[in-house]
Amino acid sequence: MTVPQPVITIIDYGASNLRSVTNAIRRLGYQPLVTGSAKEIAGADAVILPGVGAAPDTMVSLDKLGLLAPIKEYIAAGRPFLGVCVGLQVLFTSTEEGGGAPCLDIIPGRVKKLSGDLKIPHMGWNQVKQLVSHPLFRGVPQTANFYFVHSYYADPADRSVVIGATDYGQAFASVIARGSMVATQFHPEKSGESGLKIYDNFIRMAGAGK
Amino acid sequence: MLTKRIIPCLDVKDGRVVKGTSFARLRDAGDPVALASFYYREGADELVFLDITATPEGRDTMVEVVERISEKVFMPLTVGGGLRAVSDMRRLLMAGADKVSINSAAVSTPELISEGAAKFGSQCIVVAIDAKRLENSKEPRWEVYIHSGQKPTGKDALAWAERAVMLGAGEILLTSIDADGHKAGYDLELTRIISEAVSVPVIASGGAGTPEDLYMALTEGKADAVLAASIFHYGTHPVGEIKKYLKQKGIAVRV
Repeated sequence: MTVPQPVITIIDYGASNLRSVTNAIRRLGYQPLVTGSAKEIAGADAVILPGVGAAPDTMVSLDKLGLLAPIKEYIAAGRPFLGVCVGLQVLFTSTEEGGGAPCLDIIPGRVKKLSGDLKIPHMGWNQVKQLVSHPLFRGVPQTANFYFVHSYYADPADRSVVIGATDYGQAFASVIARGSMVATQFHPEKSGESGLKIYDNFIRMAGAGK
Repeated sequence: MLTKRIIPCLDVKDGRVVKGTSFARLRDAGDPVALASFYYREGADELVFLDITATPEGRDTMVEVVERISEKVFMPLTVGGGLRAVSDMRRLLMAGADKVSINSAAVSTPELISEGAAKFGSQCIVVAIDAKRLENSKEPRWEVYIHSGQKPTGKDALAWAERAVMLGAGEILLTSIDADGHKAGYDLELTRIISEAVSVPVIASGGAGTPEDLYMALTEGKADAVLAASIFHYGTHPVGEIKKYLKQKGIAVRV
C-alpha cells in the first residue's frame, strides 16, 4: 500500500530561486506543486515561500497575486509553513530595505540592514547555532554550515521565536520557529546535504501534523 | 564564522568544459554536469561557469546545462559569459543559477549592473573584472581588459571596481590577466587593493598553482573567496586537500 504524499506547495511569485527550491524538494522524492494561486495554498499540507532579492519587491509581487491575506490566514491556522531568505524577512512587521516597507506582520519585529566593518552582502557558508532542540534540526550537527546571501536580517521583538543564530559581526536570528511556522535566513536549497536535511525535516514535521 | 569559499571555475564552450592558459590555448576537460556533481561531492563551496561560446545556439546550450546541473547539485552556481541584457540574466537565474557574472557588457553598458541589481537584487550581480598591470606606472595600477582579455579599455581597475559596486554589483570576480594560467600565484597586490577598497566580497582569480597560492590570496590578498580551474580539473590538488591545508593554516573553511 502506498502512503499518500503530502501536498507540498511552493509559492510562485517569480522568485529566482524557485527552480532550485523545487529541485531540492524533488530530490527528496516529492512532487511539489508550484503555484501562485491562493486556492491551492489553502489546500496545501505544507507551504514553502522561497525568496531572493529585495523584501519590498517580494511584498509587491505577493500583493499583485492576491496572496498576502491567504498566506496570513494559512499561517494563522497553524499550518506547516517554511519561509526561505526573503521568505523569512517578509514574515516580520516591516523592513528597513528600500527606504522602509511594511511586511506581513505575522511575527512582531523589524528587518534591519547588517552593519559593521564587514563585507555586505553576508555571502557564503556560515554556521547556525541551534539554540533549542527542534524537529527542523533533526540529524543536523551544530557544526553544519549553510549558505547565506543577504544584506538584511530579522530582529524579532520576542526572542523566543529564534531557534538558530548565526554570527556575522553580530549574532542574528538565522532560524525562526513559532508553532508549525519555520523560516531560515540561509538557503537550504543551496546548502548541500545539510540543507536538504532541513527540507526533509520540515516535510516530516508537516506530515506528522496531519 | 563566515568561511572562506573555494570555487572551481569551469569554462564551458558548446556544452563542454575547457580551460585556457592566459586565455589562449584550450584543452578539453570534460562534461559540465559530471564535473559539477564531482565538485559538489568533493566539498567545493560554489561553482562558477563561464560560457565562452560565441553563438546564440551555444547560449541556449548553456541554459540547458545550468538546468541539468541545478537538478544535481545543491550549492551556489554563478554563470557568466556573453550576457548582454537583463533578459539574458533572467533566463539563467530562472534556469537555476544563483548569480550572473557580467564583464565586457558591464564596461560598455554600466546601467546593466544597476538594472540587474534592481530586478534581481545586488546579490545576484557579479561584476567580473579582467585586469592587467600597467608596467610603466609609478603607483601600482591595473587596466581593465574586455573581450576575454583581448581588448584594453583605458579604464583603471580600482576605479572601475568601486564604480561597479556603487552601481549595484554584489560581488567582484577579479582576474589578473598577467597571472592567469601561469600557476605561479595570484596577483596579491591587485587583489588586496581592490578587496580593501570595496564593501562587497571579492573573489580572487588567475594564477593558482598550489594550495599555498590560495592561502596567500585569502590572507595577504584579503580575498573573500578564491577561484581556480586547472589545479582542480586535473586533480593536481583536490578541493578536500586544499581545504585541509587551509584549515591547518588557521583559515575558516567549510569541511
